[in-house]
Amino acid sequence: MSGAGARESVFPTRQVLGQMKSKLKGAQTGHDLLKRKSEALTNAISEITRRIDEAKRKMGRVMQIAAFSLAEVTYAVGGGNILYQIQESAKQARFRVRTKQENVSGVFLPAFESFTTEGNNDFGLTGLGKGGQQVQRCRETYARAVETLVELASLQTAFVILDEVIKVVNRRVNAIEHVIIPKTENTIKYINSELDELDREEFYRLKKVSNKKERDAAAADIEREAQKKKDDSSNEEDVDEEGRMQMKDLLGDQDNEDVIF
Amino acid sequence: MAAPPSAYKDRQFLAVIGDEDSVTGLLLAGVGHVTEPPDSQRNFLVVDQKTENSTIEAAFERFTQERKDIAIVLINQHIADKIRHRVDTYTAAFPALLEIPSKDHPYDPEKDSVLKRVRRLFGE
Repeated sequence: MSGAGARESVFPTRQVLGQMKSKLKGAQTGHDLLKRKSEALTNAISEITRRIDEAKRKMGRVMQIAAFSLAEVTYAVGGGNILYQIQESAKQARFRVRTKQENVSGVFLPAFESFTTEGNNDFGLTGLGKGGQQVQRCRETYARAVETLVELASLQTAFVILDEVIKVVNRRVNAIEHVIIPKTENTIKYINSELDELDREEFYRLKKVSNKKERDAAAADIEREAQKKKDDSSNEEDVDEEGRMQMKDLLGDQDNEDVIF
Repeated sequence: MAAPPSAYKDRQFLAVIGDEDSVTGLLLAGVGHVTEPPDSQRNFLVVDQKTENSTIEAAFERFTQERKDIAIVLINQHIADKIRHRVDTYTAAFPALLEIPSKDHPYDPEKDSVLKRVRRLFGE
């Protein structure tokens, strides 16, 4: 008996054996598929990390340029008053993002996409007195910077989600590989051994039955022999007489001689 | 296990926690938004020398947990350092948390919470 590993608590019958075999087959197919998925996702995530790395570097440069252009603004306008003014006049976001979905090997990754709403401009009058040109340039620079940031944010979100999904998939792969498949195999072994056991029992029983039958038949034969002998000895004379008569009268033409050519 | 669409459908703003220069610059780009008067909430926080860490944490909480219309939270790296434990334990996908460099503090990839995870993933 395969009592070694864990097995499912099933009744060992041929039907269950069939079920277990198909279950094992399913588990193996699923394992292969999940393994392939995990590999594909790992590829995707390494691609994304590469891009995150690039984007982070780019962000460093872009933010530096943007900070410099803001410094130009404060210099041109003169004094830190403009900063406060900008903070106070922010009302409605002009720069917004929307999310769309990308499908990477069956996983939906949201990607941010920036867009600007038209019509409302909170900073129309900012820098009206002095430095309007600098403010304009600074806005453009920062808009570009924010676009880079949005791109980076979507990569990062994709990374976080993919990381999570890969963990789940790997956990499943391991569960199938190390728990479900051995368990099912053990169950199959168990059922097979039980069925073999039953077969042996059945065979032994049949052998016993046939032995018994043989013995009975032999006994019956002996008895019949004995009976026959007894009958024979009592009927011997009649049988002899009749037998001779029959032989003689078989054709009823004892007078005719045999013709030999 | 991808997030359901409801988790990010309505998220369209960016939030900023940063020093004066960074916030101003991003506001100029047009990310600033103030909600309707009854409970006017800004989606940005200016941090200076005098700002308490608790204020930063509260703003971080508000942007990441309470408000459902924020898609990306931008935070200056030197400010993220002040609430590092909060930033490092933040693992949700939405809103995305992004550490950005500031004028006075150059960007240090070693500290970035996401890059830390990246390195951990690749076992370096």
